[in-house]
Amino acid sequence: MTEEIIIAGFGRQGVLSMGKILAYSGIMQDQEVSWMPSYGPEMRGGTANVTVILSDERISSPILNFYDSAIILNQQSMDKFEQSVKPGGVLIYDGNGISRHPARTDIKIYRVDAADEAARLGLTKIFNMIVLGGYLKVKPIVKLENVILGLKKSLPHRYHNLIPDNEKAILRGMEIIEEVKV
Amino acid sequence: MGELRLMKGNEAIGEAAIRAGVDAYFGYPITPQSEVIEYLMAEKPYERTGMVVLQAESEVASINMVYGAAATGKKVMTSSSSPGVSLMMEGVSYIAGAELPCVLVNVVRGGPGLGTIQPSQADYFQATKGGGHGDYRMIVLAPASVQEMSDFVKLAFELAFRYRNPAMILSDGVIGQMMEKVELFDPLPRWTEEQITKLSPWATTGKPSTRERNIITSLDLRPHVQEQRNIKLQNKYAIIQEKEVRCEKIACDDAEYLIVAYGSSARIAQKTLDIARAQGIKLGLLRAITLWPFPSKQIHELLDHVKGILTVELSAGQMVEDVRLAVEGKVNVAFYGRMGGMIYTPEEILDVLKAKIIGE
Amino acid sequence: MAEIRMEDITRPENLVYKKTPLMTDNILSYCPGCGHGTAHRIIMEVVEELGLQENTIGVCPVGCSVLAYDFMNVDMQQAAHGRAPALATGIKRTWPNRTVFTYQGDGDLAAIGTAETIHVCNRGENFTMIFINNGIYGMTGGQMAPTTLEGMKSSTCPYGRDVQTMGHPLKMTEVVATLPGTFFVSRQAVHTPSAVRKAKKAIRMAFENQRDKKGGISFVEIVSNCNSGWKMRPVDANHWMEQNMFPFFPLGDLKVDGKLVK
Ligand SMILES: Cc1ncc(C[n+]2csc(CCOP(=O)(O)OP(=O)(O)O)c2C)c(N)n1
Ligand code: SF4
Repeated sequence: MTEEIIIAGFGRQGVLSMGKILAYSGIMQDQEVSWMPSYGPEMRGGTANVTVILSDERISSPILNFYDSAIILNQQSMDKFEQSVKPGGVLIYDGNGISRHPARTDIKIYRVDAADEAARLGLTKIFNMIVLGGYLKVKPIVKLENVILGLKKSLPHRYHNLIPDNEKAILRGMEIIEEVKV
Repeated sequence: MGELRLMKGNEAIGEAAIRAGVDAYFGYPITPQSEVIEYLMAEKPYERTGMVVLQAESEVASINMVYGAAATGKKVMTSSSSPGVSLMMEGVSYIAGAELPCVLVNVVRGGPGLGTIQPSQADYFQATKGGGHGDYRMIVLAPASVQEMSDFVKLAFELAFRYRNPAMILSDGVIGQMMEKVELFDPLPRWTEEQITKLSPWATTGKPSTRERNIITSLDLRPHVQEQRNIKLQNKYAIIQEKEVRCEKIACDDAEYLIVAYGSSARIAQKTLDIARAQGIKLGLLRAITLWPFPSKQIHELLDHVKGILTVELSAGQMVEDVRLAVEGKVNVAFYGRMGGMIYTPEEILDVLKAKIIGE
Repeated sequence: MAEIRMEDITRPENLVYKKTPLMTDNILSYCPGCGHGTAHRIIMEVVEELGLQENTIGVCPVGCSVLAYDFMNVDMQQAAHGRAPALATGIKRTWPNRTVFTYQGDGDLAAIGTAETIHVCNRGENFTMIFINNGIYGMTGGQMAPTTLEGMKSSTCPYGRDVQTMGHPLKMTEVVATLPGTFFVSRQAVHTPSAVRKAKKAIRMAFENQRDKKGGISFVEIVSNCNSGWKMRPVDANHWMEQNMFPFFPLGDLKVDGKLVK
């Protein structure tokens, strides 16, 4: 199994940390992983993206053109990455701030309104975990218990008390994600 | 099995330095490698092993701090990125001339000049052909994964001390910024004073009454003596070329076509290889691990079945010159590169391979 | 109610402020609330007011202001990290009638470029140096600068600057004031309207000295915030600067007409 994912949005949406948790979850189940961010001043409030690969085999290129799954959290990223999903692949997006919705018919499209849901739950800081939950519902490539282990590894100790909230957010994401028919 | 962690390439360099028993790191911040010194500062290695970490006022200062400490037999290193490494080149020439072991890391970015902070491989010439003045060589290792960023710190020190020569880890923004799974090697203790004087009797550790004074210098004004020094250096380099070449051959046994690449490019080309093989193209990949000494013989040996070679580099074409020298005109060697921080995709490389090497 | 139209408001007699044409229309790349933008503007206003636009050559550093040439509408050069004073020396020695200035951050001027700084100030080159001291390396993401205060945190002193091992914050402006080759040395800020007025006066003095060939470097430090690097909101950063930076880097003139003030 190899899963090639792009996660893209604004710098402060927790794009990079979502990728990191996913990568750590992969390690927890003995997979090979890579996490390749965009870097540099463009990240100051601007767009950020990260390519995450989980595989049972040695990973070749950490930089890709086409992805099995795209998780898209702002309009710029939609414009940039919609066409990069492999035919038959998956595109997941948060409708918040999206003015031009995805239109491809050769991929599966899902919507998870995580920003709204996070505000409702009072969990805006871990909005990205709702998105992650949605993704894991569609692509259960890592077990929830390994995600929790991954969270423990990637969060500094002083934030470990937040893990139950993170778990709650993931479960909520799994509930609210919906397939969109174009 | 060693401890498993998810780390950035730059952080792996920092952690490996502590574990390799390094005595001191001197550096100056520059993107895309500032995480090395940031990681070291956060880890408090002075508490873990007694290792010194100092932010210098410039790369000129960093490399000369390395020079001073290396001349006392200590394990010392620095890291920087292209513009900073250019500043260090004078110091490297002195270090090579004085035959001192040390490790430098260059996390290459696009140039020339201030260039860009995005990844590049355009410092190959600087690393392998000199960079500073005079006839000297650095041992150059090119990691292609975060695992190798860690492992090569240890290896680079082994080689540096075995040959009393500076060794460089030539990486780039892809490998430096990327996170992968790393299996960390078990920590080595720092050398004691007795170990240092035994291992490096040439070191200027303070003259006891039992030996003559040690002098570390690259200078000799008598031309015939300076020539002898140079010959001694060249003899040493010949031994390194004989013994220390490293490369990885992937799917080369039955290959009709070959890609030669190193570092991040080799990772991208490996995907090209997967796609090509799925299309029935007999493609192989030779990944150079030591850039100096260069795997010329290893490339030449493949020419009994390889009909054409594509060299891919994130530059205008530097290593390709060494590939052509190795091939001696026996087969066609084409080149494909991107510059200024742009990166090719696996598919792009395959298209070029088909156009320039395989033909219709 | 009568309709208010834009044309009725934007009449010449209503004009209270106009951007100097010596600032280009390019959008500033600085973080909101950063002092660099204001510093750029008052330098360019002074150059305009003194009628020096056609005569001026600026040198930008490596740092957040590396792209100052995108914003300052005069001839500009871009130096390697720390070397701006050397470039300026080359320019001024071969074009003595041009107005030359450098614009540098604390890492550029007081760490990697210390030697260049000291020596132009010692040789008494006749150009103007503007020194933006924000106590941190902004461009590279918040590492320790030579001017980082004792105990202050940065990404390369995450437990606070320990002066025993990392050295003391460097008062470069005090150092250059003692050198015989400086003619005017002043420390200012740009975080309030009154501070901006004073800073502009000092910068004007620094350019006039050069124009009038008074001989020697005219050096103006501007203590500024780096809200991104300090990880504070802009307003908090300005308060923090007043409470912590100003006591260590007190504002005011240090040397006027070649004589130490205090
Ligand atoms: C030779 C060299 N070393 C390091 C760098 C990386 N670098 C770019 S800007 C900078 C420091 C900038 O800090 P400062 O001068 O205080 O300016 P600020 O960004 O805070 O305005 C460094 C270390 C470089 N460009 N060249
Ligand atoms: S990083 Fe700091 S110095 Fe640079 S633009 Fe932002 S606030 Fe200004």
